[in-house]
Amino acid sequence: MPPDHHPLLRELTARAAAVAHQVPHTAPCPCAAATLADRPDGTVVRHGDTVAKAHARDADPGELRARMETASRLGDTFVAPLSHPSTDLRGRPVTFWPYGIPVDPDAPEAAPWEPAATLLARLHRTPAPPGLPGMRGPLNAARAVTRLRAEAPDHPATTPVLKAWSTLPAWAGAEAPMPGPLALCHGDFHLGQLVRLPGGGGWRLIDVDDLGTGHPAWDLARPAAWFACGLLHAEEWARFLAAYRNAGGPAVPAAGDPWPYLDIPARALTVQTAARMIAKAVGEGRPLDEVETCVVDACARIASVEAPAAPGAQA
Amino acid sequence: MQCPKCRAPMHTYNRNGVQIEQCSGCRGIFLDYGELEALTRLEAQWSQPAPPAAPQAYPAAPPAPAAPAWGAPHGGHYGHRRHKSFGHMLFSS
Repeated sequence: MPPDHHPLLRELTARAAAVAHQVPHTAPCPCAAATLADRPDGTVVRHGDTVAKAHARDADPGELRARMETASRLGDTFVAPLSHPSTDLRGRPVTFWPYGIPVDPDAPEAAPWEPAATLLARLHRTPAPPGLPGMRGPLNAARAVTRLRAEAPDHPATTPVLKAWSTLPAWAGAEAPMPGPLALCHGDFHLGQLVRLPGGGGWRLIDVDDLGTGHPAWDLARPAAWFACGLLHAEEWARFLAAYRNAGGPAVPAAGDPWPYLDIPARALTVQTAARMIAKAVGEGRPLDEVETCVVDACARIASVEAPAAPGAQA
Repeated sequence: MQCPKCRAPMHTYNRNGVQIEQCSGCRGIFLDYGELEALTRLEAQWSQPAPPAAPQAYPAAPPAPAAPAWGAPHGGHYGHRRHKSFGHMLFSS
């Protein structure tokens, strides 16, 4: 954690309050306020109906602006940013958003699989605006593997994870262009990226940091990977996939086996998940838990099966 | 592969999809990484009581969705759903 991190959190909290009350604001007030995330790649605080996010230090301002403009235009799919101008705080770009009610992390069985799939299908069917940068899913997978190599080179679970990574084509690690047809993608979809707008406005996606053009199966690949790891119920995966197909999502054919299209991204997300879990466990000085072991076991199985040559090809 | 205990050759057998090595001399068994867990899961499945037969009037359960070749064997480990780490996984990048 950089030494200036807590001042950043304090100042970000003050800015969220100022935007929420539309005046400089220092006095205590009865608004609900909380730190929603606090990481070098995203510090997020809430004050009342306003959320302020300090993005990663290396976030490209032009790319971030293009992503925010895209979210502004897709009000039925994404939470649109507040019109308050973006600023800069200790070298990190800061943006402002309306607060949305998240999925309850303690009740994953109540997860809105159908609305989530419908939002993704709608996003993937929307023509990408010109000038939008690429979706950053593969870059995030590659970064997780780089971190694993640096922080847990000698952990016994690192070997199967790196072997699984070696089955993947260059594009899955952001070292080659993604195969087409490309679509507008979220780039980092999971259940924490869904919120309900207050007042019954329905579900929306949040977090534009990885939004861009790319291989749309990537957005289905986390639930696909959880299912393939044996952690997500087949019934819930089937509901998510059926809703995506019913909404005309283009990432997989409308019928038949979707796995020729999902296999490579689901492998990449399994590797990314395992890599982050191992690095986290090493950082906390503890052994892997049962769920983490399931994901590492999936990597061992991935390493033993050749990946399809291209999306849609049989393995 | 040689048995680490008695040095006799070991032979590979497939038991319900799990590859195990057994020594031709002392009959000792060697398990690779993850194989003990795979066998434990199998055992847990066998020890579960058989579900009651569905009455004929009900329609058949929907077919299981397609899975990749590397998918979890034997229907997964949904017992971990209440695990805190499962919830964390669903909600983090």
